[in-house]
Amino acid sequence: MAVPTIIRERTPQLIVLAVILALNAIISPGFFSIEIQNDRLYGSLIDVLNRGAPVTLLAIGMTLVIATKGIDLSVGAVMAIVGAVAASLITSGYSLPATLAGALFVGLACGIWNGALVALLDIQPIIATLILMVAGRGIAQLITEGVILTFNDKPELIFVGSGSFLSLPMPVIIWVVVAILAILVVRRSALGLLIEAIGVNRRASTLSGVNSRVILLAVYAVSGLCAATAGVIAAADIKGADANNAGLWLEMDAILAVVIGGTSLLGGRFSLVGSLMGAMIIQSLNTGILMAGFPPEFNLIIKAAIILIILIVQSPASQAAMANFRANRQTVAIKTESREHAAR
Amino acid sequence: MANAQPLLSVRGVSKAFLGVSALENVDFTLQAGEVHALLGENGAGKSTLIKIITGAYRRDEGEVLLEGTPIHPRDVVDAQKLGIGTVYQEVNLLTNLTVAENLFLGRQPKRFGLTDVREMNRRSRAILDTYGLDIDVTAPLANFSVAIQQVVAIARAVDISGKVLVLDEPTASLDAHEVEMLFAVVRQLRARGMGIIFISHFLDQVYEIADSITVLRNGRLIDTVPVAGLDRLKLVSMMLGRQLEADIKRTIDPNTAKSEPLVSLRGLGKRGSVDPLDLDIRQGEVVGIAGLLGSGRTETAQLVFGIERADSGTISVGGAPVNMTSPRKAISQGFAFCPEDRKTDGIVGDLSVRENIIFALQAQRGWMRPLSRSEQEALADRYIAALDIRTSDREKPIKFLSGGNQQKVLLARWLATNPRFLILDEPTRGIDVGAHAEIIRLIIDLCERGMALLVISSELGELVGYSSRIIVLRDRKMVSELTGDEISTDHIMKAIASHGATGEAA
Repeated sequence: MAVPTIIRERTPQLIVLAVILALNAIISPGFFSIEIQNDRLYGSLIDVLNRGAPVTLLAIGMTLVIATKGIDLSVGAVMAIVGAVAASLITSGYSLPATLAGALFVGLACGIWNGALVALLDIQPIIATLILMVAGRGIAQLITEGVILTFNDKPELIFVGSGSFLSLPMPVIIWVVVAILAILVVRRSALGLLIEAIGVNRRASTLSGVNSRVILLAVYAVSGLCAATAGVIAAADIKGADANNAGLWLEMDAILAVVIGGTSLLGGRFSLVGSLMGAMIIQSLNTGILMAGFPPEFNLIIKAAIILIILIVQSPASQAAMANFRANRQTVAIKTESREHAAR
Repeated sequence: MANAQPLLSVRGVSKAFLGVSALENVDFTLQAGEVHALLGENGAGKSTLIKIITGAYRRDEGEVLLEGTPIHPRDVVDAQKLGIGTVYQEVNLLTNLTVAENLFLGRQPKRFGLTDVREMNRRSRAILDTYGLDIDVTAPLANFSVAIQQVVAIARAVDISGKVLVLDEPTASLDAHEVEMLFAVVRQLRARGMGIIFISHFLDQVYEIADSITVLRNGRLIDTVPVAGLDRLKLVSMMLGRQLEADIKRTIDPNTAKSEPLVSLRGLGKRGSVDPLDLDIRQGEVVGIAGLLGSGRTETAQLVFGIERADSGTISVGGAPVNMTSPRKAISQGFAFCPEDRKTDGIVGDLSVRENIIFALQAQRGWMRPLSRSEQEALADRYIAALDIRTSDREKPIKFLSGGNQQKVLLARWLATNPRFLILDEPTRGIDVGAHAEIIRLIIDLCERGMALLVISSELGELVGYSSRIIVLRDRKMVSELTGDEISTDHIMKAIASHGATGEAA
């Protein structure tokens, strides 16, 4: 019973995803083919799942933040910081578990910083997270001392970015596990309800006994953790920490994924599944544009145009227009029918 | 005077929002050269009437005549052009612009297509001169006191409109001297033959400035009377009403008065909001709080529930002092609070009736211990049936329910937490008659089952009906505690109206 509801609620996203995948298949015929080499799945679809990992992870945290009527602009910068931390820890000789723990801890701290500004000092989320967005790359550069810190000789960390497990690339395994965990925690506990309530009416929630500050702090902390995970994957993927470019503009892709997924920026009702689909839509676009072989300068323009179309189709104005159109067609049909009756 | 054609005449105007009537068949007549006070408690329909006159709302029924001609203002600008100007409590000017720019914003004198600043300043000085105001019109408005900003706002409204001036609580943030200055301006405009509608909660000011008074209550016209010779007590009773009294007089068990108090307030107060007060509330007792708007009623409840922090005094629960630092703390003591403003403080609009009902209980349990879906549904169904909440579906978003049903959902939300002490702030405001009676019955029922209740209400008849004791607040002070036979609307109104002259600080 539960699965059909999810599918019914996310029909627009499913249709968009299907259309874009179909377009990809038309442009590059081998798009849907998947083959196994060296015990690992290869193919464009797998590539979409794999390359989409960072945005998907960011979108999970971003969904929860946006549901509380907030926003987290710092996630791209946090990816850069965490990548730098991971690279400098592993090159300083720490073990993989210590490196991962250190990296995730730094991401968590970044999230708590944002959450403290928003929840304790009541700073508007867009400004509060802008601070770390601006400062974050500077911090990352301080950690890497201004160079791209590479770790070509650390296969254990590289494995996180390009290894595979059960024939699937590690990034895919990681985001799927994080997503399932997040969905279970949010929907099996009362957290989802409390987050939505804060987003709809924070004052009423506080007056009803919800610990709004703690929950706000927690969603920003989760967003920081998700960004940290994405940051480790991105660094491991290029075998180095690039303070300037790691996660650049990905906060925008994450916000876009959430919006395409059907969660309102006004807060309240949210859908993690929708955001995951949104992230996959964005990544399918990216992959499709690359495979189509357009000159690279067109990529961003084409992407913007397609996203504009998606958002126009989803906009309340066009939804209303569609409803109107349907109603009109019915009246026209009824009128024609009655006219035919009259003619007889 | 009576034969002269009125300046503004409102006849049989009605307005409803989403099927809830806000104004029903109201008449209102304003003569030229008259200051006419419009009085009524919150929700009486004052602002709805004003918004219809000034074009912010469209009326559903009735007509509005300006100098005998029917008018249909499309919006506020349209009404201004017709001659009806408004000045609000919060000055709606731009404080970063100069005085002259504020006076002429949107209609600056032009020269070669550019603003003629010199001409604008000259004319501004001339306008303000007529009000006896000699200020630097090229200085930013923010440099001046609220009172002067208020006069500038009036000058602008009069200059644009010039027939009817609506003053919506213009004195709320002024001191006594500034009020005098404002009233001098108002008297001058009256002498010029303008009609002025004056809205205020300060009865002393109404007596000082107004020529006649129209009282609204629950969206209906109560009466229009001349101020001269109007008894203050009669005015208060017109505003608050005195119906329902006989129907619901509750019998009070004399034994409850002897039991130990559940909640004791000692010297509880907060500067600028409530003066320190003592109060005991026992189990099986309804303590009523009466007083006009702004008397400190809601503020007292907010201190008890930890929404605002008291800066003096203590709260004890069952004899042990409790530091009320937050609503969570209050809830953990078995407190519950239904706020006055349902929309901003109560309902979580987009969530369903079910989610709103289980909300406080779930918040109390914490996020780790969720109520299962079947528990939630059982709880919701039980309260929907018990309180007769009219909704097509328990999954319907609460924002689509009527006010009375939203109020019942909020009551259900708190009853589900099984509280020992329930605070209700205006529980029957803005809800239909049927739900009204049910909520009163529920209050009595809860009390008889041993709950302690603190109820704030402007409906004195109601309050008299169910309260074991009533405290009366005036000007942020507790002025009277009524027990036993003293509990009557007459005593309450006398307590509110007595020493009326103490309002000079307003």
